[in-house]
Amino acid sequence: MKKFINDPYDVVDEMLEGFLDVHKDYVRKLDTARVLVRRDAPVREKVGIVSGGGSGHKPAFIGFIGEGILDAVAVGEIFTSPPPLACLEAAKAVDSGKGVLFLLGNYAGDVMNFQMASDMAKAEGIEVAQAISTDDVGSMPREESSKRRGVVGSFLGWKVAGAKAAAGGTLEECKKAVEKVNGNTRTLGVALSPCTVPAKGSPTFTLAEDEMEYAVGHHGEPGTAKIKMMSADAITERMTGEIIDDLPFKKGDEVAVLINGLGGTPHLELYICYRRVRRILKEIGIDVGLSYVGEFFTGLEMAGFSVTLMRLDDELKGLLKAPADTPYYKIQRGG
Amino acid sequence: MAETIKPDQVHRALEDICDAIEAHKEYLSELDGAIGDGDHGVNMAKCFREVKKKLADTEATDIEAPFKAVGMVVLNSVGGAMGALYGTFFLRLAKEAAGLKEASLSDLVRMFQAAEKGILEIGKAKPGDKTLLDTLVPAVRALEHAEKEGKKLNEAFSIFEQAAEKGMESTREMIAKMGRASRLGERTIGHQDAGATSCYLILSAMARRLYE
Repeated sequence: MKKFINDPYDVVDEMLEGFLDVHKDYVRKLDTARVLVRRDAPVREKVGIVSGGGSGHKPAFIGFIGEGILDAVAVGEIFTSPPPLACLEAAKAVDSGKGVLFLLGNYAGDVMNFQMASDMAKAEGIEVAQAISTDDVGSMPREESSKRRGVVGSFLGWKVAGAKAAAGGTLEECKKAVEKVNGNTRTLGVALSPCTVPAKGSPTFTLAEDEMEYAVGHHGEPGTAKIKMMSADAITERMTGEIIDDLPFKKGDEVAVLINGLGGTPHLELYICYRRVRRILKEIGIDVGLSYVGEFFTGLEMAGFSVTLMRLDDELKGLLKAPADTPYYKIQRGG
Repeated sequence: MAETIKPDQVHRALEDICDAIEAHKEYLSELDGAIGDGDHGVNMAKCFREVKKKLADTEATDIEAPFKAVGMVVLNSVGGAMGALYGTFFLRLAKEAAGLKEASLSDLVRMFQAAEKGILEIGKAKPGDKTLLDTLVPAVRALEHAEKEGKKLNEAFSIFEQAAEKGMESTREMIAKMGRASRLGERTIGHQDAGATSCYLILSAMARRLYE
């Protein structure tokens, strides 16, 4: 294992020490638990938007704390769900009386810990709802889509929830908006090389020089198949085709396209893949209303990318375009 | 007068668990690495190091106190599915032991039944899904059976431990239905489940302290 780390047990705390100093204008850490919140939390008269999960996904989750997206994040160990106390403290720190929405990906640990936190928060008189993302087409067949993993489509859900809350939405309205995102969003990932969890020290899978891992998870979970290397256009076509068929996306739809780097793939390659998605959609007659290319949700140093399509309507498009000001994502007013 | 276990025995049993986890952390990670993400041993070790520190500051005034102290640490230190499941396990043992200055076999049967129920509720898995339940459930059944047959406390916990071990070994032939391993389907056959193994380490460390 070659990594710029010290003791593998300390990576998350040492990362947070650096992050908190750089982004102190945006975030602060609670004394009670490993939770980062907006500097000005709780924001009055606003639903609190809380997410949380394992670390190792920079810039997710904590890079999106701020105006218009997340109010707080419960920070777990690398690829390990945060404990219920952290989720509860996050809820308490952002509740202004309008309730708190927990946003999580569909992983056993996250589901259990947030469920326990929900029960605790309710017992303390905080109104809590939760929405679970399941956008990863590669993780389970369509018939079992509720068991799918939540991956980078979660970011679009956070953006929509944050904007809905900022616009004065109720807890129920914020939850409905995120569920609409989840119902209309599909992602598929591919990797050229695995990642190594520091505490484990060995890669999550192995690949021959001429192979890629198809339908990989963003914790380096092995995919459905090891396939031979192919061109950017060929792999992008295969992935985009599978996503389109899954929802299915149809001629006349308007979509957001998100090309996400998984940690070790240059933006140069991401733009090449984006370009091919754009052309495929144009050929079918699907409009691209919004486009995102970059790293939003990585899996440590894994080389690879994912394609996400999200079907838009006026509400979702407006919420995605609403202002945001966070360390890693900003949209200016009127932008 | 039926035989009972005392708070200081519980305290020592919990310390034994910490030592058992520490001693087997590489083995647990190795098992987990075959079909999961390979961090089970590290996370368990990190968690039970915190537990050991907490136990050093915890007075075993009654049966509930040491279980509760351990449960709170397990639940809230490392997180993950294991934190929620084992945290619930110890907290339910504690809750069912509330007010007890000593515990008889029938108290212990009730406590383990409550712990089993807690894990079933939070984890949503079933026996046969290749999880820690495949260790816990047969062990609790064996304990109930031993009590009904009028076994002594030490005999009952010896039977409990054997059932836990058999249960753990039975996961080798199962297909994982929960967690990250479930996505590998039949590729999980032949691998003993890491969670079932850590559960065995926990149950056997406790049982040995209770029957020795």
